[in-house]
Amino acid sequence: MAFVLSAQAKASLEIVITEGIDSARPIAILPFTFVGATLPSQRLDEIIAADLMRSGKFSPLASIKMPQRPPSSAQIDYAAWSREGVEAIVIGKITEIGIDRYTVSFELVDVLKGGNAANRQALNAGRLTPSNEHILDSRETTITGSQFRQYAHRISDIVYEKLTGERGAFLTKIAYVLVNRKLQFPYQLVVADYDGANEQVLLRSKEPLMSPNWSPDGTKLAYVTFEKRQSQIYIQDIYTGRRTMLSSTPGINGAPQWSPDGRTMAMVLSKDGNTEIYTMDIATKALTRITNHRAIDTEPSWSPDGKELLFSSERGGNPQLYSVNLLTGTTRRLTFEGEMNLAGSYTPDNNSIVMVNRTRGQYHIGKMDRQTRFLQVLTKTNLDESPSVAPNGSMIIYSTMHGSTQVLALVSMDGRFKARLPAVEGQVKSPAWSPFL
Amino acid sequence: MKFNKVLKSLLIALPVLTLAACSSTSSTDQSDVDTSAQAPVQVETVAQGPSPAEMMRQKLEALRQENTIYFDFDKATIRPEFVDSLQAHGAFLTANPSVRVTVEGHSDERGTPEYNIALGERRAQAVVQFLQNVGVSAGQISTVSYGEEKPVDMSRTEAGFAKNRRAVLVY
Repeated sequence: MAFVLSAQAKASLEIVITEGIDSARPIAILPFTFVGATLPSQRLDEIIAADLMRSGKFSPLASIKMPQRPPSSAQIDYAAWSREGVEAIVIGKITEIGIDRYTVSFELVDVLKGGNAANRQALNAGRLTPSNEHILDSRETTITGSQFRQYAHRISDIVYEKLTGERGAFLTKIAYVLVNRKLQFPYQLVVADYDGANEQVLLRSKEPLMSPNWSPDGTKLAYVTFEKRQSQIYIQDIYTGRRTMLSSTPGINGAPQWSPDGRTMAMVLSKDGNTEIYTMDIATKALTRITNHRAIDTEPSWSPDGKELLFSSERGGNPQLYSVNLLTGTTRRLTFEGEMNLAGSYTPDNNSIVMVNRTRGQYHIGKMDRQTRFLQVLTKTNLDESPSVAPNGSMIIYSTMHGSTQVLALVSMDGRFKARLPAVEGQVKSPAWSPFL
Repeated sequence: MKFNKVLKSLLIALPVLTLAACSSTSSTDQSDVDTSAQAPVQVETVAQGPSPAEMMRQKLEALRQENTIYFDFDKATIRPEFVDSLQAHGAFLTANPSVRVTVEGHSDERGTPEYNIALGERRAQAVVQFLQNVGVSAGQISTVSYGEEKPVDMSRTEAGFAKNRRAVLVY
């Protein structure tokens, strides 16, 4: 029983694909050839395949369906891979060069171009130098045994960027709050790799923890703690553990959000009577009041250029999203569809806004195009909240209900791919996707 | 205080009891206190009523039993059925200006955590406003909103949500 529990705890962020894998591009990640005495414990090909599948954009071919196991690109039978519908192949080699030292090399091969190149070579009877345009990328590096997982994510990033033109986000992290009421310290602030591996508890508390938010350089988290039986905003360095109290005014101290330049913190305070949005110069702690309305104003979120704040306000009756220009103070209402729109944030390309939309009493993650104002509901799960967008804009992580448990889930920006990250022990909430690290 | 009094009367009564137990000729209807003419002292007692501190403790205990008021969905208006209870809290706090209370505001799990913090704060403030209107000094009251972070019912049913939309007076 104890063993089962610990195994479950480790698998708490294992991903279950719930929808949308059929729309993904077929790709093959061949098992890396190994030359040496001691087999490394991590399988590079498995980590890369899992990354690419989770992105929702690729469907890695199962190894039993692979028509051949060529040791390098020169031995690829392109026609055979073409028949499987595979677009690209990752093929690689690990050579043990010393104690805990490995040289890893890989090639990313375009199957269609590879087939054409092979045909041309046949026509020219090998007299011309063979074209290498079908090799989209090839690299070699030396790593230690403990760097396998990280380097696999690095390869995934390269493959993803070559094939989609968009930067990969497989080397990023997520922060979240884990609540397990059976523990002595039921509230935990946790950081993990984006895929849930390397979970690390940064803070354990007997009182609630909320609203983790990453510094733009990815070294610190701002969050809300109730350890003094009042809300306070703290900053914690994730590497040194050093904690700094940022705000502890009477009433609410909430929703900290780092500005893109890292110098200012947007936050929500109720010290002046109502729930209002402020910005704080982190170095001097000087506050600037941004909103002034007797209705609830909350959930500030920065525009990518740092000139505007998006926020939720009840000033129009129900909570809707507004933007305020920090220089001019000009405030505009952005959302009109649905009973409520909350927790808005700009996508990294600045073209859309991601939010929690309530329609007919159902809370779902939505995305609105800023030009056309077309609002698309992306999720169908229950009580969806706390959406956080990956730094490359490809995916949204959010919290939702699975049965009676609060879990994290992923949805691709187009809503076609969905996955759940099941938690066995406790409730997982308030996910925050890190910037590029 | 009460314990002290009992102890004192026991200390006085005990030696007498011991003496009485030794005497084989003592009459059975004799009271604990020797009232015979030969006794050098006469001890009298006062009927024990609750001390002011004891009365306050009992009152506080009663108020603690009725320290939660509930709200409608997305609302922070105090419902008529909780007026009496809040008035009792108000009267107690006015009569005991040294007592401090923390008003906790809570919401159900629907909506976003940040919005729910604001909603919980508004519920706590509604209670504060009520208490101040019946004469409680602002210095006696503090508030904290936990939003949806501390539900009492985790069922995520309508009944569960209703139990979580609350303000709690904590002494």
